[in-house]
Amino acid sequence: MADMLKKVPVREQAPEVRAKNFEEVCLGYNKEEAMDESTRCLECKNARCIQGCPVAINIPGFIKEVKAGNIEEAYKVISESSALPAVCGRVCPQESQCEQRCIRGIKGEPVSIGKLERFVADYALENDINPEGPKEKNGQKVAVIGSGPSGLTCAGDLAKMGYDVTVFEALHELGGVLVYGIPEFRLPKQRVVAKEIEKVKGLGVKFEKNVVIGKSVTIDQLLDEEGFEAVFIGSGAGLPMFMGIPGENANGVFSANEYLTRSNLMKAFDDSYDTPIAAGKKVAVVGGGNVAMDAARTALRLGAEVHVVYRRSEEELPARVEEVHHAKEEGIIFDLLTNPKEILVDENGNVRGMKVVKMELGEPDASGRRRPIEIPGSEYEIEVDTVIMSLGTSPNPLISSTTIGLDVNRRKCIIAEEETGQTSKEGVYAGGDAVTGAATVILAMGAGKAGAKGIDEYLRNRDK
Amino acid sequence: MYKILKAETLADKTYLMDVHAPRVASHCQPGQFIIVKMDDKGERVPLTICDYDRENGTITIVFQAIGASTTRMAELKAGDSFRDFVGPLGQPSEFISEDIEELKNKKILYVAGGVGAAPVYPQVKWLHERGIDADVIVGSKTKDLLILEKELEVVAGNLYITTDDGSYGRSGMVTSVIEDLVQNEGKHYDVCVAIGPMIMMKFVCLLTKKLNLHTIVSMNPIMVDGTGMCGACRLQVGDEVKFACVDGPEFDGHLVDFDQAMARSRMYKTEEGREILRLQEGDTHHGGCGVCGGDN
Repeated sequence: MADMLKKVPVREQAPEVRAKNFEEVCLGYNKEEAMDESTRCLECKNARCIQGCPVAINIPGFIKEVKAGNIEEAYKVISESSALPAVCGRVCPQESQCEQRCIRGIKGEPVSIGKLERFVADYALENDINPEGPKEKNGQKVAVIGSGPSGLTCAGDLAKMGYDVTVFEALHELGGVLVYGIPEFRLPKQRVVAKEIEKVKGLGVKFEKNVVIGKSVTIDQLLDEEGFEAVFIGSGAGLPMFMGIPGENANGVFSANEYLTRSNLMKAFDDSYDTPIAAGKKVAVVGGGNVAMDAARTALRLGAEVHVVYRRSEEELPARVEEVHHAKEEGIIFDLLTNPKEILVDENGNVRGMKVVKMELGEPDASGRRRPIEIPGSEYEIEVDTVIMSLGTSPNPLISSTTIGLDVNRRKCIIAEEETGQTSKEGVYAGGDAVTGAATVILAMGAGKAGAKGIDEYLRNRDK
Repeated sequence: MYKILKAETLADKTYLMDVHAPRVASHCQPGQFIIVKMDDKGERVPLTICDYDRENGTITIVFQAIGASTTRMAELKAGDSFRDFVGPLGQPSEFISEDIEELKNKKILYVAGGVGAAPVYPQVKWLHERGIDADVIVGSKTKDLLILEKELEVVAGNLYITTDDGSYGRSGMVTSVIEDLVQNEGKHYDVCVAIGPMIMMKFVCLLTKKLNLHTIVSMNPIMVDGTGMCGACRLQVGDEVKFACVDGPEFDGHLVDFDQAMARSRMYKTEEGREILRLQEGDTHHGGCGVCGGDN
């Protein structure tokens, strides 16, 4: 019987072992552990956890099925709301969403909703249980731009409603940030991402890779020439930011996007692939978000000593607590309240170090976090051969600059209504990072859902 | 899959292929590029577009076998396919959007070095089809390595060939031909477009700056995705950092920091060399590459 105050612990690879491989860190629950944990759910009538979920999964509903050992039924409950539960069970920040609202959490630990979701979804992948497809097709064509979390969710929902959906992807693999951004050790590509995308395909969604919208074809052409009646833009936020400090173009300075893309998408960590990666021996990762943790832990696995350089204190680290915890366990060194001033470059154009300055925290700024201030005269040099800039990303202007009548804000984010995803252009909807700037997988999925609903309403009303 | 309809060897380690890629062929313009990934394990290789046929939906690419992926690409024949072929990427050449009548009044000089003749060809052809004949200098190490001479002859105004070893045409570097034309033969040009190895573009730009001749170059730095996502291709252009893949590949050559760009292109020299050794020697590879820690 489970301790009602505590989560059933989840098995993980030991830190000293996993620091040297790319296998998944968290091993997840088995059926016995999942059923044990499920008994902790109180099945609240007014379930607050559901309100905390951006795609409103019927959480007590699926946990009830787990309690009874009906895992297939549990999957059906989840798949009514989410197209990617095996992904979300792994990468959602449950601690600030569903689990944060769990009544159990008031006295003790909340129910481990994320790990239960993951167990159910993995069971469905292993046992080939599929979500229910559309009852009948309506023949109306909808295009979805981007095969990341928002695009896949929108496409899956539209397909279930009976639409004829085609997803266009610029890269050579499907999944967007799930394949180029999030590393294998957090989200296995073949076993989880590819298989969950197969389920979306099973709903009748078509995929066309290697199509850069705005270059290979424009949105206006999709609408006017290729017979699509509506378009959902889920193109993400792909443009990396740099600091603008001296030495940033030296060899050995990478955007986190480049470092992670080489390792995750191009599989540079595996010697049998052609794409190389300069892993570095001593690496500084600048930034404190989830992407910074991913880059740091990738560099560690490629054999480097890794420092995370972050200008605020540990409390302000934007990364999930679990990621920071895992990173520390694996031996990542955190240089907090430290900010880069200059990248030091040798005569061959390679990084030889970084000049940094100590910081202290002042009054709260617009984000509510205490503003970091330089401590005068506290500059010093650290010796590194690689610097990975993980300062965030912004949306790619490729689509907005080639679509007539599509409005963006000053940060180049597409302007769209939150409830429906509707943009300034008729028939064009958008959601995810392309609208909000870099955020989370689950928020993008929530926006994909809203977009599907918005498109459905638009096409129904138009055809009345 | 993207079918290869024609595969030819143009010169030693230099190959031409026609590839069926209708979406690319329907939208591409001179100056743009594509990315090809031959199979599951291959690199994403950026290549400039050498020619295109909108009706038949084909793109002509020219490449050199210099890395692990391109060496394997060279073995493909007509009838084989590439796994991935994406584009067109980057911005079209500036003149595409210029007023054609104004363009007709301009004297344009193209300078191509080595396989740089491939991306120069569609630009000169585009101009020729609109009644504008640009002069073209093609530099090659030797006669044997010269490519696309016949094709360029048809579309160029004057075609000047020069070889480093004097085995064909004029003798010497492309820069000495530019000097000859402008200083000794009284030619006047309003704009120069130089495409070739970075070191060639650098010296062309040093010269044309002295000659006060506006010069556009096409940069070919290391890239991964080619859509603005990774920043591997970033360049210092004047006061700004630009991404060659989305802002370029063509830039004002007088503003490009070539020394930095050349240093950046050496980034993976060792790793690339290692890959080639691994490929050529297979299981018999036992060190010597300086990286793998083999037994010598």
